Amino acid sequence: MTDHPTLAFEVNGEARECNASPEMRLLDCLRYDFGLTGSKEGCGEGECGACTVLLDGQPVLSCLVPVGQCAGRRVETVEAIAEKDPELVERMTETGGIQCGACTPGIVVTLYSLRQANPEASREEIRRALAGNLCRCTGYEGIFRALEDGHG
Amino acid sequence: MYRWGGCSKLAELTYIGTSPPRPDGPAKASGLSQYADDVAVAGLWFGETVRSPVAHGRLRSVGWRRAAPPGAVLVTAADLPGPNGVQLIDDGWPILAEGTVEHVGQAVALVAAPSRRAAVLAAAEVEVDIEELPPVFDLSEARRQPSLYELELGLGDPEAVLDQAETVVEGEYRTGHQEHIYIECQGMTARWHPSGPRVEVSGSMQCPYYVHKSMVHAFGLPEEAVRVRADAIGGGFGGKEDYPSLIAIHAALLARAVERPVRIVYDRQQDIIGTTKRHPATMRYRSAVDAEGRLLALDVLVELDGGAFTTLSKVVLSRALLHAAGPYRCPEVRVRGRVLRTHTAPNGAFRGFGAPQVAFGIERHMDAIGRRLGIDPLTLRQRNALVPGDRLPTGQIVDESTSALACLESVARRTDFVTRWTEYQAAQTETNGTPQRGLGLSLYFHGAGFTGNGERRMNSPASARLTPEGRIAVLSAMTDMGQGAVIVFRQIAGEAAGVTFDDLEFPEPDTNEVPNSGPTVASRTTMIVGQLVARAVREVSAQVADWWGEQQPAASPYTVKDGRVVGQDGRSTPFAAVARSYLEVHDALEVTVRHQPAPGPVFDETTYQGPAYPTYAWGADIAEVEVDPDTLAVRPLRMAVAAEVGRAIHPRLCIGQIEGGTLQAVGWGLLEEIKLDQGRYLNDRLATYIIPTAMDAPDLDVELLEAAFPDGPFGAKGIGELPMDGGAPAVVAAIENATGLVVDEIPATPERLFAAQMRERSDD
Amino acid sequence: MAERCGSLLEACRRLATEPGLRPILGGTDLMVASPHERARQGRWLDLSCFDEMRGIAERGGSVWIGAATTFTALQADASIRRHFPALVAAASEVGGWQIQNRATLGGNVANASPAGDSLPVLAVLEAVVVLGSAAGDRLVERRVPYAGFHVGYRATALAPGEVILGFELPLPGPGLEQRFQKVGTRQAQAISKVVVALAGRCAGGRVQTLRLAAGSVAATPVRLRQAESAAVGLELAAAAEAAGSAARQETTPIDDVRSTAAYRSAVLGRVVRRLVLSLTPDSE
Repeated sequence: MTDHPTLAFEVNGEARECNASPEMRLLDCLRYDFGLTGSKEGCGEGECGACTVLLDGQPVLSCLVPVGQCAGRRVETVEAIAEKDPELVERMTETGGIQCGACTPGIVVTLYSLRQANPEASREEIRRALAGNLCRCTGYEGIFRALEDGHG
Repeated sequence: MYRWGGCSKLAELTYIGTSPPRPDGPAKASGLSQYADDVAVAGLWFGETVRSPVAHGRLRSVGWRRAAPPGAVLVTAADLPGPNGVQLIDDGWPILAEGTVEHVGQAVALVAAPSRRAAVLAAAEVEVDIEELPPVFDLSEARRQPSLYELELGLGDPEAVLDQAETVVEGEYRTGHQEHIYIECQGMTARWHPSGPRVEVSGSMQCPYYVHKSMVHAFGLPEEAVRVRADAIGGGFGGKEDYPSLIAIHAALLARAVERPVRIVYDRQQDIIGTTKRHPATMRYRSAVDAEGRLLALDVLVELDGGAFTTLSKVVLSRALLHAAGPYRCPEVRVRGRVLRTHTAPNGAFRGFGAPQVAFGIERHMDAIGRRLGIDPLTLRQRNALVPGDRLPTGQIVDESTSALACLESVARRTDFVTRWTEYQAAQTETNGTPQRGLGLSLYFHGAGFTGNGERRMNSPASARLTPEGRIAVLSAMTDMGQGAVIVFRQIAGEAAGVTFDDLEFPEPDTNEVPNSGPTVASRTTMIVGQLVARAVREVSAQVADWWGEQQPAASPYTVKDGRVVGQDGRSTPFAAVARSYLEVHDALEVTVRHQPAPGPVFDETTYQGPAYPTYAWGADIAEVEVDPDTLAVRPLRMAVAAEVGRAIHPRLCIGQIEGGTLQAVGWGLLEEIKLDQGRYLNDRLATYIIPTAMDAPDLDVELLEAAFPDGPFGAKGIGELPMDGGAPAVVAAIENATGLVVDEIPATPERLFAAQMRERSDD
Repeated sequence: MAERCGSLLEACRRLATEPGLRPILGGTDLMVASPHERARQGRWLDLSCFDEMRGIAERGGSVWIGAATTFTALQADASIRRHFPALVAAASEVGGWQIQNRATLGGNVANASPAGDSLPVLAVLEAVVVLGSAAGDRLVERRVPYAGFHVGYRATALAPGEVILGFELPLPGPGLEQRFQKVGTRQAQAISKVVVALAGRCAGGRVQTLRLAAGSVAATPVRLRQAESAAVGLELAAAAEAAGSAARQETTPIDDVRSTAAYRSAVLGRVVRRLVLSLTPDSE
């Protein structure tokens, strides 16, 4: 069916293979080949952050990553991250960080990374970390609260 | 920061005024919610839209450039089975261009192919031959053409007062297009069935029954042959009120042609090019005021750019005119308006629906009056703000919950407004290179629910019925596009029926399952349909309790509380158990209730006199901004917002609505701009259509005030649109306070501020 | 991209001989394409894994920055933070966090946008662009001063088959101050409307050394040489005024979807003035 070589990489802790064109977007591979539709396409050009995933532990935009560059690497999507950090999911739900939910998966991935890197991030640091994730519903306040509430 | 004042939880209420977690939160945060493009469908094909590249022209032909790509199918207007119009208020909006094209991006043809990539490539193989005709873009030229719609309302004889007045203030204010930028783009899947409902569409939509009506009209099918379901909705803001009807018809046309399910999902560029926007507005205000700044007469002309087709413009203009005089007392008022036709994509519903435009107009005009008379913005508004018993330009007497002064007090108290505003004004001339700060105030109100007799005409139903498990299923067509109806309705139903959330079921919006309780628009969901839900479940619960009392007369009458049916003797049985017993002896229990307008005067749609809205929600904003004196970049630092919401059913979500709407308004006021070149939007991507990031958002300090509206559920008013009204005038006023630059057009981009600065310097 | 790594030599050979093959690093510019462009897209050659294009190291009088260095890595590196604060400032304003994790300095230069945030910084730091290509069975290097690299709108001095290996940034002399200011369409995640970098030093209240460069005000990022020479030798306040007005004379901004020519020109002048004025009057 295709002459593309098989690309092997790790997705959410499992070895996966994909024999799409290496130029294919990681986002399309995740959504349409692996059925991991948690990563959303809000713009397709790296502006909105709804497709954020972790690549070797770093938040990246899966709409801008050619799947060929993932060979041998580790990808984590919101589906796995939400399982790893149920407290974040709970906080986002309770503080009003979620409305329509279309930006939420990307925001969860970014906030997870921020919590790992800087558990006591100030509001300014949260703003900076989230600058690549557009939200149109919440005015961001509910999202800030998800990290700030309970800081003490 | 946020807080709420006056929202004391009433002792006898269990759920109202509390903030339980929304049930869809964990699935949304885990990426498990199924949005339009997430739903797996076997054998799915994909549709693409071929659009007009020019703004106006005669459509000579549409067809494949060469041979049809293998497997691809083309649909044009010639293939339509019925009338070529999307049924909204009228059906003047073509499904596919026929004869002429009227705007860039108008759908001319559709293609379907077995994969996304093949569909994209096939769409590029369609040749559209158009003979260009002269387009109209300029409003001064559009004024010479017939308007799409005109309207006038008012009280008294403002002209006579204006002629005699010592002080007359005039101004022209302009607002631009705004694109919704719901993060999930539009998407719809259609399939035809050999039996049962013939055609089924599902996708991202606010109003399943709008889609249903337009499908019935377009395909000439009986109502029961069309089934419409809403998937999880990634934001709407009005943008998924009218437009999903068009995509649903498109997808269904393709699915019919290829005899397979077909999905159309717009990418962001198509979404911006193709879908409706907030109407740009030009507003001329002329007012007579006394020496204290009290309004004596007001004459307003509102012009909206409707784009090429009417769609919802009539009702947008109507709401605009009804809000044009603002939350102010004025004895003599005339408000006129028209929707102008241009060769641009039709403008349509966007949160606020005409009111944010005129809120910008009246608030900038109030600032112009204050500037002329040397009165600070707070004092001027306090002198003019409506109080209970005052009369609106429609003659409507505003009710006891009129809270303008309380909102002003709330924001002024939290910001020490007058003192700091005066200090900042004095510091305007100190341009030593450091950022300049300013404060700006806005006061606004928003009519809750449909305009005029919309609710009366619609007479919307909602139902409740017992399920075999002994739960109450609540049936309405309301969608949750993020606003939180999904939990607010649980709270209302649980409170009204005396049951727990576990005793309730909420079937997904599906026209096969739920009655037509109207569209999810106009801040009507909680206030209007929430009240229907309360009445329906209360009736079901009461009937179950009464029946139980007949079985156990000793402890009768029974009440339902906390999910238990409780007798006079204090003994109780779980509601679900009693309900199951009820169903053992009855076939079913289902109650349908319909909206009942409050008794009293009725709005007159010919004279535009009477109560245009059952009540109003009230708000005030104070924005503090920092302006870089060199680049004129504006950073909104913080905003104090007061919102009087009747009663906050779920304070956390209610505050979330206020916060989110406020930032949308700030974005509209400062950043969001669509520039046109020959009718083509230049800002057609998220890299060029600029919405606020987390770095651009001010800290928001929201205070909720409550003044119950007796006809809303537990006193609630509709508030979804209210926060869209105040942000833009507040930030623009704050820029003026910081810099002295008067800007009467938004977005107040640094480029526009620079132009104002140059004008001011050449005036010196 | 199929053969993910292989050798750089082989990669250069293929780039020289296979038409339509495009080199890719972080992909944050190249991957931005409409569905239609994507459907017709050609093939890419992944350069992100070659050791020759990685790393940050002080070598003699300069610092080596591999082309594949991401903006996140630039911000984190101690040597860059110590010697090139303007580059750190620019790196922190390129897109959001996710973009900075992928976008590379080499990609920013190769993409050759007149709005590239890091480019005016490379100009004032007088970076040298180190290029590599295949010559027979050897990889040969060529050094081009950054000032000569962007030769026209979206055009570079790269020859076919040539790739950017990295950059050599001369260590700044003692007292050389650096400034960076980006004027974007919003506070973050923005494309520049005007971007300015400065490297300079004053002595006795007078401007002694001054290098200025700007982006988004001409077809390429530009060194503002007239502004520099107008200012050198003057007292700070006068130097700032002279540099600001000369900068406007030597640039040709345009109206586009992001801004206007008039705004860009005036704001360029104001930002140049501000940055010059911010120099320490006496750096001794």
